Amino acid sequence: MTSGTNAMTSNMSGDTILKVEHLSMKFGGLMAINDFSFEARRGEITALIGPNGAGKTTVFNCITGFYKPTMGMITMTQRDGKDHLLERLKDFEITKHAKVARTFQNIRLFSGLTVLENLLVAQHNVLMKASGYTILGLLGLPAYKNAAKAAIERAQYWLEKADLVDRADDPAGDLSYGAQRRLEIARAMCTGPELLCLDEPAAGLNPKESLTLNALLRGIRDEGTSLLLIEHDMSVVMEISDHVVVLEYGQKISDGTPDHVKNDPKVIAAYLGVEDDEVEEVISEVESEGGAH
Amino acid sequence: MASPSENTQSGLMAKAVKEGIFAGAIAFGMFLLYVGIETYQDIDNRLVWRTRWGLLAIFVLVAAVGRFLTVGFIKPHIDRRKLAKAKSGVLEISEDKGFFHKHFLKIALIALLLYPIGSVMLFGPQGSLKYVDNFGIQILIYVMLAWGLNIVVGLAGLLDLGYVAFYAVGAYSYALLSANFGLSFWILLPLAGILAAMWGIILGFPVLRLRGDYLAIVTLAFGEIIRLVLINWTDVTQGTFGISGIAKASVFGIWSFDVGSPNYFPRAMGLATSSAWYKIFLFYVILALCLVTAYVTIRLRRMPIGRAWEALREDEIACRSLGINTVATKLTAFATGAMFGGFAGSFFATRQGFVSPESFVFLESAVILAIVVLGGMGSLTGIAIAAVVMVGGTELLREMEFLKLIFGPDFTPELYRMLLFGLAMIIVMLFKPRGFVGSREPTAFLRERKAVSGSFTKEGHG
Repeated sequence: MTSGTNAMTSNMSGDTILKVEHLSMKFGGLMAINDFSFEARRGEITALIGPNGAGKTTVFNCITGFYKPTMGMITMTQRDGKDHLLERLKDFEITKHAKVARTFQNIRLFSGLTVLENLLVAQHNVLMKASGYTILGLLGLPAYKNAAKAAIERAQYWLEKADLVDRADDPAGDLSYGAQRRLEIARAMCTGPELLCLDEPAAGLNPKESLTLNALLRGIRDEGTSLLLIEHDMSVVMEISDHVVVLEYGQKISDGTPDHVKNDPKVIAAYLGVEDDEVEEVISEVESEGGAH
Repeated sequence: MASPSENTQSGLMAKAVKEGIFAGAIAFGMFLLYVGIETYQDIDNRLVWRTRWGLLAIFVLVAAVGRFLTVGFIKPHIDRRKLAKAKSGVLEISEDKGFFHKHFLKIALIALLLYPIGSVMLFGPQGSLKYVDNFGIQILIYVMLAWGLNIVVGLAGLLDLGYVAFYAVGAYSYALLSANFGLSFWILLPLAGILAAMWGIILGFPVLRLRGDYLAIVTLAFGEIIRLVLINWTDVTQGTFGISGIAKASVFGIWSFDVGSPNYFPRAMGLATSSAWYKIFLFYVILALCLVTAYVTIRLRRMPIGRAWEALREDEIACRSLGINTVATKLTAFATGAMFGGFAGSFFATRQGFVSPESFVFLESAVILAIVVLGGMGSLTGIAIAAVVMVGGTELLREMEFLKLIFGPDFTPELYRMLLFGLAMIIVMLFKPRGFVGSREPTAFLRERKAVSGSFTKEGHG
């Protein structure tokens, strides 16, 4: 958060933070994801797009441990060079040790807790250690009091970023939809992640809220956290992402800069649809192009 | 032509009369066979029936008149008051709290501390027994049990229908260890808590994957298993005979309450020999235990583990996405709740001097859970009030001699205790669906502490 870490991350940006190799996920007879590989680079916003039912959320759930993939390897490289094989970790360990945080497509807040409490729950592991796994904290030792104060300061920092300071003491369930989205992102950030995975952060937002969200996400990237996001809203994707991966029927059809993807005939075909005979035409065109590279 | 207000007035009366007649008709249909006809055996042991038209008429009349009054007078009155309040612009929540409301906890605590002394002064040592033992201690035991269960159900949102099992573990730990090894109450009290906590973890492991109804069923089964083991393991527990002659608690090992002992407490204090002093001592012990429970709960809620419990109640998946180990969190909730159950159990054993499996039936679990729900899940004050109302209320019904004047000399109020208890619960739940205290106190705040309305909090999914 300080300029020091900023400088450090900018030095290291560009190297791979998340590497997904040959990922496959089968639900019974359905192949939801088929041999999917991509890389996300540190300090970038990587977007995962694709039509409905393409398997984007399944990829997310595999990365964050909510599903165990049928096949494949997911490697998360931390800033200090440490590698974590995410497919082997449990869901909570991925956040705790590998420093990957996520949000959900249908917002999951603790609606009965206040906005501030939501952000404090996110700092559970730090506070737990500071409280000596509750025992020392029960005795009222100063170490825990300091940690609790630091936690509130950290929460306050993200409240300001997400423009929620005025609502800090209100129940999270009382917030408007857009504010709930921002709170969920702030809450994920309070876990201190290196990679933040957002599942359709702009869904259901009006254009104005969408713009504020873009600014928030850019701010997060500039502070050194890499982002991976699923999005339907093309204006958001093209506006803020540095790298776009397109998924259709569980397979990667395109991978590159927003401009590259925008003009990829395969992507256009996937989104707008083409006649059957045209598909083959398009594919052969693409393949000849690929061969030329 | 009549003015509009007269018009609505006569319309209201017509509506009230209509609804009153309708309610009377429904009551007639419902009670015709139950109340209107009575069967009995005559001298020849034949089953014959007779009619009770008078009683039936009373039932129907009460229903009809009650409905008429509600629709015609009470409801318009309430509506008018609400309207006046809304018009005057004064919100109910913004009203200043009175002195009593502000200092409620302090007043309650002082009242509790003075309660045994007051009852001894009013009724003498022997006369105070009823008030200190039947009301005071009995209610406080349930307060403690409900506060313990509150951690599991109210905070962590795990529906536990077998809480009485931990109460039993605590009681039998004390009874068996004190009978076989002669250990004192003050050593066994923490030990019983630890043993119960251990059983809480043992129960916790298999049910970690279960949620909602399934969790409730398994915990219910666990409660029954413990009771059946106590009944059938006769070599150790003496089965249904129970264990009697359990040692009394001493005043921290210095004075004892056995009349034969040289350190007999009342003699040392220069008091008359009476069992009342022991009960008063026990009253202060359980009061202290309750305060410890409340203190620990309040502290834990402000610790990361307590917040994790409440977060678990709100959304388990979100918890896991934030790196919270939900397995450990659930187990600590089970263990902490069970520990307080164990404390209460060992206190129960020393107070009764006798334990048998009969004290640990499912009904006890249900009553404790009812107190937690009625009080408002998660709220210590609400639960304490609910315990006073439910346990004190049922005890009070034993004393209702005047009911005999209304219902005839062979009316025994004790038999109707559970019926009235159930009715009272339905009424409370109709008017206060979130319990006496439905709102939630936040554990941390930035600018001001605002209570969270009950409509935002969740009950947990298991």
